[in-house]
Amino acid sequence: MPAHNLKHALFCAVVTLIIAFPILGFNLVASGTDIVLEGAKTQTMISVVLAAIVVFLFQLFRDHIMALLGKAPALNPLANREPMEQSKRLKLESTFLTLIIIGALIWPFFVSRGSVDLATLVLIYIMLALGLNVVVGLAGLLDLGYVAFYAVGAYTFALLSQYLGLSFWMALPIGALLAALFGLVLGFPVLRLRGDYLAIVTLGFGEIIRILLNNMTNLTGGPNGIGGIPDPTLFGMEFGRRVKEEGNTSFHETFGIAYSSEHKIIFLYLIALVLAVITALVIRRLMRMPVGRAWEALREDEIAARSLGLSRTGVKLSAFTIGAFFAGFAGTVFASKQGFISPESFVFLESAIILAIVVLGGMGSQIGVILAAIAVTVLPELAREFSEYRMLIFGAAMVLMMVWRPQGLMPMRRIHIELKSQE
Amino acid sequence: MLEVQNLSMRFGGLLAVDQVSLDVKEHEIVSIIGPNGAGKTTVFNCMSGFYKPSDGKILFEGGEVQGKPDYKISRLGMVRTFQHVRLFNRMTVVENLLVAQHRHLNTNLLSGLLKTPNYRAREQKSLDRASYWLKRVGLLDLANVDAGNLAYGQQRRLEIARCMVTEPKLLMLDEPAAGLNPSETRALNQLIVSLKEDYNVSVVLIEHDMSLVMDISDRINVINQGRPLASGTPDEIRNNDDVIKAYLGEA
Repeated sequence: MPAHNLKHALFCAVVTLIIAFPILGFNLVASGTDIVLEGAKTQTMISVVLAAIVVFLFQLFRDHIMALLGKAPALNPLANREPMEQSKRLKLESTFLTLIIIGALIWPFFVSRGSVDLATLVLIYIMLALGLNVVVGLAGLLDLGYVAFYAVGAYTFALLSQYLGLSFWMALPIGALLAALFGLVLGFPVLRLRGDYLAIVTLGFGEIIRILLNNMTNLTGGPNGIGGIPDPTLFGMEFGRRVKEEGNTSFHETFGIAYSSEHKIIFLYLIALVLAVITALVIRRLMRMPVGRAWEALREDEIAARSLGLSRTGVKLSAFTIGAFFAGFAGTVFASKQGFISPESFVFLESAIILAIVVLGGMGSQIGVILAAIAVTVLPELAREFSEYRMLIFGAAMVLMMVWRPQGLMPMRRIHIELKSQE
Repeated sequence: MLEVQNLSMRFGGLLAVDQVSLDVKEHEIVSIIGPNGAGKTTVFNCMSGFYKPSDGKILFEGGEVQGKPDYKISRLGMVRTFQHVRLFNRMTVVENLLVAQHRHLNTNLLSGLLKTPNYRAREQKSLDRASYWLKRVGLLDLANVDAGNLAYGQQRRLEIARCMVTEPKLLMLDEPAAGLNPSETRALNQLIVSLKEDYNVSVVLIEHDMSLVMDISDRINVINQGRPLASGTPDEIRNNDDVIKAYLGEA
C-alpha cells in the first residue's frame, strides 16, 4: 500500500472528525428563556469516531474496493446485448405504453385516496420533465429557470379565476399560451448566450418571476398566495358536496350516487393523465418533424446548422417556447389540484428537481424521463420513514446513479427516419 | 454572379486579409490557392457571413451581402463546406440531408402534428431529393447509418450532398480533397465538374491539391500573406513567376 494512500486516508478521517464533531457533538438545549450548549451523549460521540474510522479504512483500501465495485456492472446480463431493430423496438414500445395507459386508467378506482393524489403529482412532474426535455435534452439549452413558466401557468389560472371567474377549462389553454409567450419574450434576448452563461441567466430569470410574485402583493397576494382556486368541472358538473356556482349541477346528484370526496381526486388524476399523454404524444411527433431535427442539428453542430440556413435564434426560441407551453399546462393542473398557490411552490429547488429528472432519465429519452419522474416523486414518499435522512438518501441515490449510469436510466435512442430502398 | 471588392479583415492588430478582390461568373469554377495561413479560409468566412469583414464589399447577384448573418446568406443560395468536416454525427446520413432541406419543408407546426396530406407530400419529396443525391455521391447503401460512422472520404461526399440538397447557386468548397486518396480525389474532381455542368452551380474552391485545381478551374486567384498575388487562367498561373516563387516552387 503506497504511503500517499495512508496520508490521504488520515487526512480524510481528520476532515470527517472536524465536520461531524461540531455538528453532531453539541446540542442546543432550551432551559427557561436561555439556550444552553451541551455536549451530546457518549453514544453519538462513539458513532462520530466510528464514522471517522470507516472513512479512514475506505480511503486506505480505496483502490481495492473500487476495483471490486468496477466488476459489479458485469452482473447485468443485458448490458452488452445487441440493440434491437428499430421497427421491432418501436412496436414493443408502443404496446408497452398502451398497456401502461390502460393500467393507469383503471388503477385509481382500486387504491387509496393518498396514492391517487400522489399519482397526480407524478403526472404533473412528467409533464414538466417532458417539456424541459425538449429544451435541455433535444435542443441542448441548459435552462435552470424552468419553474418560472410553471409558475406563470399556475398563477394565470389562479388570477383568472379570482378576478374574472374563469373556469379550469378556459384557463388551461390561456395559461399554457401565456407561459409560451413568456418563453418567447424572455427567450429572445437570452438565447444568444451559450452554455454556462445561458444557465446563469435563466436561473436569474426564474428567481425574478418568483420575487415578482412575492412582491406584487396587490395582485398576487404576495407570500400569502392565492386560495380558493376552483376544481375542474365535467361538462358543468361540480365535484363538491354542494354546488358553488349558479347553473352548475353536482356530479353525484346527476348520476344518483352517494357523494364521495374521492370522485374529485380521481377526476383530477384522469385530467392530468390525459394531459400528460397528450404532452408525450405531441413531443414525440415533434421530434420526428423538421423542427425536431433542427433542434438536434443545432445541438450537434451549431456552425454547420447555420451554414445550411437554419436560424439559430429561431430554432432555439421554438424549443424554449414549446417547453414553456407544457410547463404552463402543468402549472394550471397544479393550481387546480392544490386549490392554493404561493411563490413557495416555485423555488429554484423545483427547477433543479425537474432538471434532475431529465438527467436521471436520460437526456432526450421520453420513456426514461417518465420513469425518472415516477422514481424521483415516489421514492421520497416511500422513504418517509427515514424522515430527516430521506433527502440524504435521495442525494446518495443521485450520486450513485451518476457514477454508474451517467447516460441515464434509459438513454435516448433516436427514432431514425429510414430511407426505404427504392428501386 | 459573385463579386468581392477590396475585402479586408482585421483581427486586432493582424490584417489577415488585405484588399482581396475576386469575381465568379455563372457556370464557372474559381479556385483560391496560396500557402498555409494566407487568409483563404478567412475570405471564405467573410463570404459566408461567419465574419463581418472590416472593409470592402461582397455582392451576390447584385445585392450586398457583407455583414449579413450566415443563415441568411445561405438562404440566398451561397452554401459552403468546411475544412474539417462538420456533419451531424449522431444523426443518420439521410437525416443530415433532411435537416438541410428545413426551408423547403412545410414548417407549419399544426400540419406536421396532424400529418396532413400536404405535409406528407413535402416530406416524401425531400426524402426523394435526399435519396437522389445519395445515389449521386454513391452513399445510398449507407443512408440509414449514423453519419459519424462513415469513412472520411464518405463524410466529405456527404457534406457536398448536404449542400446540394439546399439547391444552391454558388457552392463554396473549403479544401474538399484534404485527406482523400488519389482515386477518391479523381472521383471528387468528376463530381465537382458535374455539379457545374449538370446542375448549373458555380463553385469557389480552396484547395492545395494542384492537379485538382489546375484540372478543373476556369480561373485561379492566388493569395499570399493576405494580399492578392495573381489571378488568371490555370496556364497563366502556372507560368507566373511570382506564384512560382511564393507557392508552387521551382521545378
